[in-house]
Amino acid sequence: MKRGLPGWARRLRVTLWTLIVPPTTWAVHFLFSYLWASISCAKVGAFATVPVLFLIGTILALIVIAASGWIAWMQSRTPGDAPPHQDSTDVDRLRFLAKSTLLLSGLSFVGVVFTALPVVFIGDCR
Amino acid sequence: MSLHAQDDPELRRAQEERLRAVWAPPQGLFLRWSDTNNDRVGVWYTLTAFAFMLFAGVLALIMRTQLAAPDNDLVSANTFNQLFTLHGSMMMFLFAVPMFEAVSILILPQLLGARDLPFPRLSAFGYWSFLIGGVFVSGSIFFNAAPDGGWFMYPPLTTRTDLSGLGADIWMLGLSFIEVSSVAAAVELIVGVLKCRPPGMRLNLMPLYAWYILVVAVMILFAFPPLIAGDILFEMERLLNWPFFDASRGGDPLLWQHLFWIFGHPEVYIIFLPSIALFAMLVPTFARRHLLGYPWIVLAAVGTAFLSFGLWVHHMFTTGLPKISLAFFSAASEAVVIPTGVQIFVFIATLWAGRVVWSTPLLFASGSLAIFVIGGLTGVMVAVAPFDWQAHDTYFVVAHLHYVLIGGTLMPLFAGLYYYWPMITGKKLSDRLGRTAFWMLFIGANLTFFPMHFSGLEGMPRRVFTYPAELGIGGLNLASTLGAYLFAAGVAVICVDLALSPRRAVGKRNPWDAGTLEWVEDPGDDTHWGVRCVPLVTSRYPLWDQKDFVKKVDEGRFFLPDAEEGRRETIVTTVLDARPLSVIRLGTPSFKPMLTSVALGGVFILTTYHLYWAALVCGFATLAMVLWWLWTGTAEIPEKECKPIGHGIELPLYVSGSSSPGWWAMFITMMADATAFSGLVFGYYFFWTRHDDFPPEGMDAAPGMFWPLVAMGGSLASWAVTVAAREVHARGGVGAARMLLVAGIALSAVGVYAGLAGPWLAGMDPEAHVYPAIVWTLAVWTAAHSGVAIIMMGYTLARSLAGRMTPRHDAEIRNITVYMHFLALTAVVTYATIGLFPEVA
Ligand code: HEM
Ligand SMILES: [Cu+2]
Repeated sequence: MKRGLPGWARRLRVTLWTLIVPPTTWAVHFLFSYLWASISCAKVGAFATVPVLFLIGTILALIVIAASGWIAWMQSRTPGDAPPHQDSTDVDRLRFLAKSTLLLSGLSFVGVVFTALPVVFIGDCR
Repeated sequence: MSLHAQDDPELRRAQEERLRAVWAPPQGLFLRWSDTNNDRVGVWYTLTAFAFMLFAGVLALIMRTQLAAPDNDLVSANTFNQLFTLHGSMMMFLFAVPMFEAVSILILPQLLGARDLPFPRLSAFGYWSFLIGGVFVSGSIFFNAAPDGGWFMYPPLTTRTDLSGLGADIWMLGLSFIEVSSVAAAVELIVGVLKCRPPGMRLNLMPLYAWYILVVAVMILFAFPPLIAGDILFEMERLLNWPFFDASRGGDPLLWQHLFWIFGHPEVYIIFLPSIALFAMLVPTFARRHLLGYPWIVLAAVGTAFLSFGLWVHHMFTTGLPKISLAFFSAASEAVVIPTGVQIFVFIATLWAGRVVWSTPLLFASGSLAIFVIGGLTGVMVAVAPFDWQAHDTYFVVAHLHYVLIGGTLMPLFAGLYYYWPMITGKKLSDRLGRTAFWMLFIGANLTFFPMHFSGLEGMPRRVFTYPAELGIGGLNLASTLGAYLFAAGVAVICVDLALSPRRAVGKRNPWDAGTLEWVEDPGDDTHWGVRCVPLVTSRYPLWDQKDFVKKVDEGRFFLPDAEEGRRETIVTTVLDARPLSVIRLGTPSFKPMLTSVALGGVFILTTYHLYWAALVCGFATLAMVLWWLWTGTAEIPEKECKPIGHGIELPLYVSGSSSPGWWAMFITMMADATAFSGLVFGYYFFWTRHDDFPPEGMDAAPGMFWPLVAMGGSLASWAVTVAAREVHARGGVGAARMLLVAGIALSAVGVYAGLAGPWLAGMDPEAHVYPAIVWTLAVWTAAHSGVAIIMMGYTLARSLAGRMTPRHDAEIRNITVYMHFLALTAVVTYATIGLFPEVA
């Protein structure tokens, strides 16, 4: 099962902080989108037809979320004791946090996509 | 049977004697109010919040009576405004949030196998602040001085002193005071969950209630401070005429709406998640199996917490914001449905997979979920902007919000009441009365609020004190009123049930056969120690899965079974893996928390009546009380390094830095402080984006760059000096550290002086325009923080000189360094904003 888990990813420790990386990324992206839209609408009067800055921000956010989800997925497969994986051991705690992080990256991914959609469909400031 | 010290019954009895003595509550008519133990304070807190709920409910009944028939004149329009404002504000601020804190203070230590939360005196302080502030706010209606601007207090009607009386000040200042106590409780609960778990209870074994509490408390930390920032601006406008929300002088009423709803929407989840947490405790008990999908619940809690901060603008769909911004918030509103749904499905699945025992608590739980789901569906409807443009501010919204609040908060709490009453009192409540009450509440709620969907769509606006007969909604309203009375009767049945409880016999321990830790202790006997000993936990449901668990706890076979030194103690563990770190000594009963909250209450209440000098005196009294409390009650150097907690483990009695609860409390408090600050900074940039005359012609040079940069330099230098002092001190350089602290005081003083000199020497008049007003606000905020830094460094210096801080025992200097990190950040942002930004923009 170790195949595919690069050394650096295995060395990364899972903590409460890593758990909130995906949703924090969503939050930053959300705030960025909102500020970007309201500032460009208020100060420029309209936003660009091809919003490059917005595109870069969104792709960046998706990459961060996907990466942390991928790392979490790898870590959630750390071999250890038998299922149901709910004992007071290092491995079970690691797997639990990794799995929760994975779920959260799924949710955050959807959240970021949801946030990006209006730009595609609305595309002006009215 | 192995030979174990605890096999000796004599020893066990002696231990129990000592523990009982140490944890004995203060007796006597007067002294008992100095208690700080969570089992007392928690009960007071719960009862007080319950009483406020009943009071707010009576206000609702009066309103419903007035609305029973068209053109009714039971109460005047003016009184009606006070009624709905106070009803809504009390339900949200004096019932829903405090109730969650009260219940958590009551049951969290048990749930975590701790003797008490880490800062019992802080809980007591929170309680007294809540009581004083709550009585102040709710009592105002008897003097015809209650706030009347609606629970969201939209300016400019509420900021103009000619249009609104004292009520608005009472709302702002009274509730700000309560918000302070909410933040205090949040700090206590976060540190409790992170640091006071029993050995072995790693994050993946934590009871779900604790997960939710952690999440909700963190949400409070990020939701309440923006409102506090808003309150500050609001009162500056009302008391000092600084025009933040006055459009004629460059202000903007929308800023208030932003700050209010950045708080207001998460608030809905802040009061809903704890109810779900109660379900997460009682569903497994009655399904007789572990909850399915533990990580899914964590996903749901954390996910909801985050997403709920991206929803605030859905309350502002009709304010004319650009559609593109609305769309972002609409999208987030739809996304939050995912985690909310996950939780409900986890419960359904667990019940499905288990052998369900139908009981009164479960009945309440499932009934409230049914109500909540209806509210959730109409919630999705109003999250769609075009529908909201139709339904906004009609009774449709009143129906929606009450379905959510009654299904998501009130009824779940009744479920929790029936479930946990035996844990607190040892007695069960009546099943028959409980079920009767449930059906009355269930039918009553639907009869009250379902017709409101239609009266809303028929065109009945909310917050009207009467309506004409021609509208044809008399029948619907009559039904609502009858429903409200039925609902109230149901609540009365519950009150009767509670009142009968003292006469009932004590039942058996753990009557529901639950598997979680809070049921370990026997409420029947008169012990107040929390747990007989701190257990070793290796399972999510130790009472079910760990062999002889209760017996071992009873016999003191786990950790810390004794109180040899006659001190109240509990174990502190690591955040992730709950490895034991140290034993901490807890605060004992004291009047200091109560007196501190009286003094602080004086500041808020006297300001309401414009008695500024008296308020200032109270401010100094508060400061003095806090210093006295800290000096005598915290970071005490223990009489010995370590103490054994059993099983051959020795733990230190003193820790500092990030392993100590005090450090965490400081860190968490500063997160709240930084959030409030970002609310103010948001204000500055909000004005800048929305108004082309910000900064206005002629003022754009002020306050210049020089003074802000000097202030920034001073603050950063004092930060660097503090960090240096901490390092030097840890290496034994006590004298050098003292010198550095003195230098830090001087540099912070530079920060205070230069920070204020900028706007002052530029002659900025805060009453003239919103630009000088917000610049002044940021400058004063930061200068005040530099002032607090001076006090903290002085305090640390004094501790060092008094021999209460040594290189080994250095909690004070480590804690103030945390403060200084945040101060440095604040100073950089403030002075860059007011000094450099006008140059760039
Ligand atoms: C059966 C119990 C209840 C009844 C009969 C009731 C009745 C009412 C009525 C008549 C209004 C005024 C609506 C308007 O004119 O706009 C109102 C508003 C409100 N209620 Fe309730 N209520 C009940 C329970 C609750 C609960 C449990 C909560 C919260 C936990 C709550 C929170 C609110 C809020 C926030 C408002 C808005 C106040 C405002 O518009 O400023 N209510 N309620
Ligand atoms: Cu909302």
